[in-house]
Amino acid sequence: MSVSIEVNGTKHEIDGDPSMPLLYALRDQIGLRGAKFGCGLGQCGACTVIVDGRAVFSCLMPVSALEGRAVTTTEGLLEDGKPGKVHQAFIDEQAAQCGYCIAGMVMRAQHLLENNSDPSDDEILSGMQTNLCRCGTHAAIIRAVKRAART
Amino acid sequence: MTSPIRTLTRRSLLKGAGGLVVAFSVSRGFGPAAAQAVGTLKSVAEGVVDSYLSIDADGLVTVYSGKIDYGTGVRTGFAQMVAEELSVPLDRVSVIEGDTALTPDQGPTYGSLSTEVGGTAIRQAAATAREAMLTTVAERFDVDKASLTITDGVIGGGGQEISYGELLQGAQFALDVDEDAKLKDPATFTIVGQPIIRDGLPGKITGDFHYMQDFRRDGMAHARVVYPPAIKATLDDVDEASVAHLPDVQIVRKGDFLAVVAEDEWTAVRAAREIRASWTAKESLPDQAEIWEHVRQTPIVKDDVTSDIGNVDSAQGARELKATYDFALHTHGSIGPSCSVADFSDGKLISWSSSQATHRLRRQLANMFSMPEDDIRCIYIEGAGCYGRNGHEDAAADAALISREIGRPVRVQWMRHDEHGFAPHGPPTLIDLAAKIDDAGEVSAWTGEFFIPQGAGGRVALLGATFADLPTSQELNPGGITNDSAIPYRFPNIRTTCHRLETTPLRPSWIRAPGRMQNTFANECFLDEIAAELGVDPLAYRRGLIDQSDARGLEVLDRLAAFSKWDARPSPRETQGETTLTGRGMAYVKYELRRTYVGMVAEVTVDANSGAIRVNRVFVTQDCGQIINPAGVQAQLEGCVIQTTSRTLMEDLTFDRKMVTSLDWASYPIMRFKDVPEVHVDLIDRQNDVPWGVGEPAAVVVSAAISNAVFDAAGIRLRSVPFKPAKVRAALAELRG
Repeated sequence: MSVSIEVNGTKHEIDGDPSMPLLYALRDQIGLRGAKFGCGLGQCGACTVIVDGRAVFSCLMPVSALEGRAVTTTEGLLEDGKPGKVHQAFIDEQAAQCGYCIAGMVMRAQHLLENNSDPSDDEILSGMQTNLCRCGTHAAIIRAVKRAART
Repeated sequence: MTSPIRTLTRRSLLKGAGGLVVAFSVSRGFGPAAAQAVGTLKSVAEGVVDSYLSIDADGLVTVYSGKIDYGTGVRTGFAQMVAEELSVPLDRVSVIEGDTALTPDQGPTYGSLSTEVGGTAIRQAAATAREAMLTTVAERFDVDKASLTITDGVIGGGGQEISYGELLQGAQFALDVDEDAKLKDPATFTIVGQPIIRDGLPGKITGDFHYMQDFRRDGMAHARVVYPPAIKATLDDVDEASVAHLPDVQIVRKGDFLAVVAEDEWTAVRAAREIRASWTAKESLPDQAEIWEHVRQTPIVKDDVTSDIGNVDSAQGARELKATYDFALHTHGSIGPSCSVADFSDGKLISWSSSQATHRLRRQLANMFSMPEDDIRCIYIEGAGCYGRNGHEDAAADAALISREIGRPVRVQWMRHDEHGFAPHGPPTLIDLAAKIDDAGEVSAWTGEFFIPQGAGGRVALLGATFADLPTSQELNPGGITNDSAIPYRFPNIRTTCHRLETTPLRPSWIRAPGRMQNTFANECFLDEIAAELGVDPLAYRRGLIDQSDARGLEVLDRLAAFSKWDARPSPRETQGETTLTGRGMAYVKYELRRTYVGMVAEVTVDANSGAIRVNRVFVTQDCGQIINPAGVQAQLEGCVIQTTSRTLMEDLTFDRKMVTSLDWASYPIMRFKDVPEVHVDLIDRQNDVPWGVGEPAAVVVSAAISNAVFDAAGIRLRSVPFKPAKVRAALAELRG
């Protein structure tokens, strides 16, 4: 079976097991490293990507559910190869330690800001609640989301 | 080449995120993929300049560090220290970490020692190299050495100039590190002390960074391990037909070690899920409901007396306080489960992993496979943060074993349940404290008894070797957990004893500030209990008890009081309403009684109905000596506070008689955004002093600061980490009768 998915504006044909989660297509077939394997259970958000405007756990979403859909990963937020708005805000706040969660955090923040360009502090916390960070970078991430909202 | 740094004033850099900051890359490209050779490829002996440093003909500087950066920022710090010492632009310095063929064995990356020990050694090598080059050039130019200047790696004097690259022409230094080589005057620093963006950070955000988990090798297969349904089990039978429907799946079975191998990753994941194996599972674990009785009854193999002042037994004091503290088992909880790639061919092994200790890992793998160390190369690649010895080395052993069995390179990626279930864990800690108070209201005796497993920070047994019945040491290695059992307070009679236990449930290892965290929790809570008993302000009480000649300790406490607007009075505060109770508490540490000073204030709200604790704000004052990179220090401090608040309030590894049962983030929850406290950081920068570690010290005061704040708010003492709501409700019920 082959599934046609648009990833960051480019069409890809994904062959093989239709139950395979999108994460493995992104990382192993398309060669994008941003989305990470963290739990495979939809609990940590390291794999977060945006599918047609919704933030999803790519570790759970089977490719069979994505025929004709558009996927955006952190790489898709680059603008002419340079960091996009949310990227730059995270860089300016140095909002990463080990950084394994961060590409997922960036996508969660992007999703939040796409739906609410001027979030309150509580809305930022609620919007980011889904994603786990173990290094304790939360404070810097919150500052980065606020900075991205301002710019 | 002109560095952007040279065009910046110190003032503009110090603005931090609001001003201009300089991004750079110290890890050029993705070098390890090209590595083929094993053994030793250059000088790696400690104390030799070439072991730490090389400068090529183009003047590019390479630093070789045995200590590694797993998200802490030390790689950037090392580059800053070397660029500063050599007066070269930062973007001309790259760092190779933890490669047994290239880097010296500077010991494992633990104990908050990377900068203090590892960085200082590298800095001294750089100073030695600079002084040697200056001496050479002074002779060549026939000028006084003191008249020479260095600008961007170019030495000038007497109307002539020569760059490092031209001078060396690719030659090695062939020098021993001169421990007396003059270090640059901190007053002239332009790179050390700046909030340089940590190397790799932009790529982590944009998806460009290469983690261990991203590493691929030509001809590589994908493997998953299939660990048993119990910590101790024997593998009886494997139904090969159970994975026959999946393409090209290979089963690796050696003793009780079982793994599946496939050409693509998803097939390997499916095979590990779908394979049917039968095991005989053993009940090797104690009843968790009786864990503290179990710990107390575990045979003691020896006592380590960590302080013995005066005579606590004959000390006079009518009033006696006693309290028992316990601290649960915790897991590292790396967001990315452990991963390794191994290529075992022609009797030689190359192992890529995120090991904190590649040199030690090489010795362990040599032992496991009964082969010479020179036939093994272990290469570090940054992975998800590990905060201690998690499963990285085990994944490396798994990958090496599977690669040897199948004769091709293989990548092992642990799944979430492997990491939560089978990585080593922080052991349970039980502590009894007692104090005598004399008629004058002074503490006459302080006694501490710590029930902690035997062992130190050595080689943690490799899981795959254990299951495959290959050689691996089975001794316990929980880390240096006797540290900070002794106290920084001057009482006339003190005795602190660590009762080293024969065993502990589950394979122990170190997690961020091992022992220091648990011991400081108990000591700093108990000191607070004494202050409350005496009816004195807990901060002023501490200030009067530390060594009055320790100006740095006094300054930390004074600055903390001012910075946090400390409400000086005894705890608990006056009675409030019945349900929402607020309070503040503090704690202090002089790490390992000899280095980084931290004072912390926590402000909490306790919901008396639900028992939930919310940590609202945390204030930290820290003196870590010379600050190499203030942005890196700030990140570490925020991380210490937030991660340890999570550990203190929520984290509790669970197990039944056979197996860990907290195998995911639902059963082992950690803090999420809504519960994160505000963290306010006050850094004391002493550029003329030794740079001390910052990755652990601030973590150790968090649990006590929170517990003491809860006492201030609600009048209850929480002596058992984690402070789950049920414990809070029970303590409140007891208090209120």
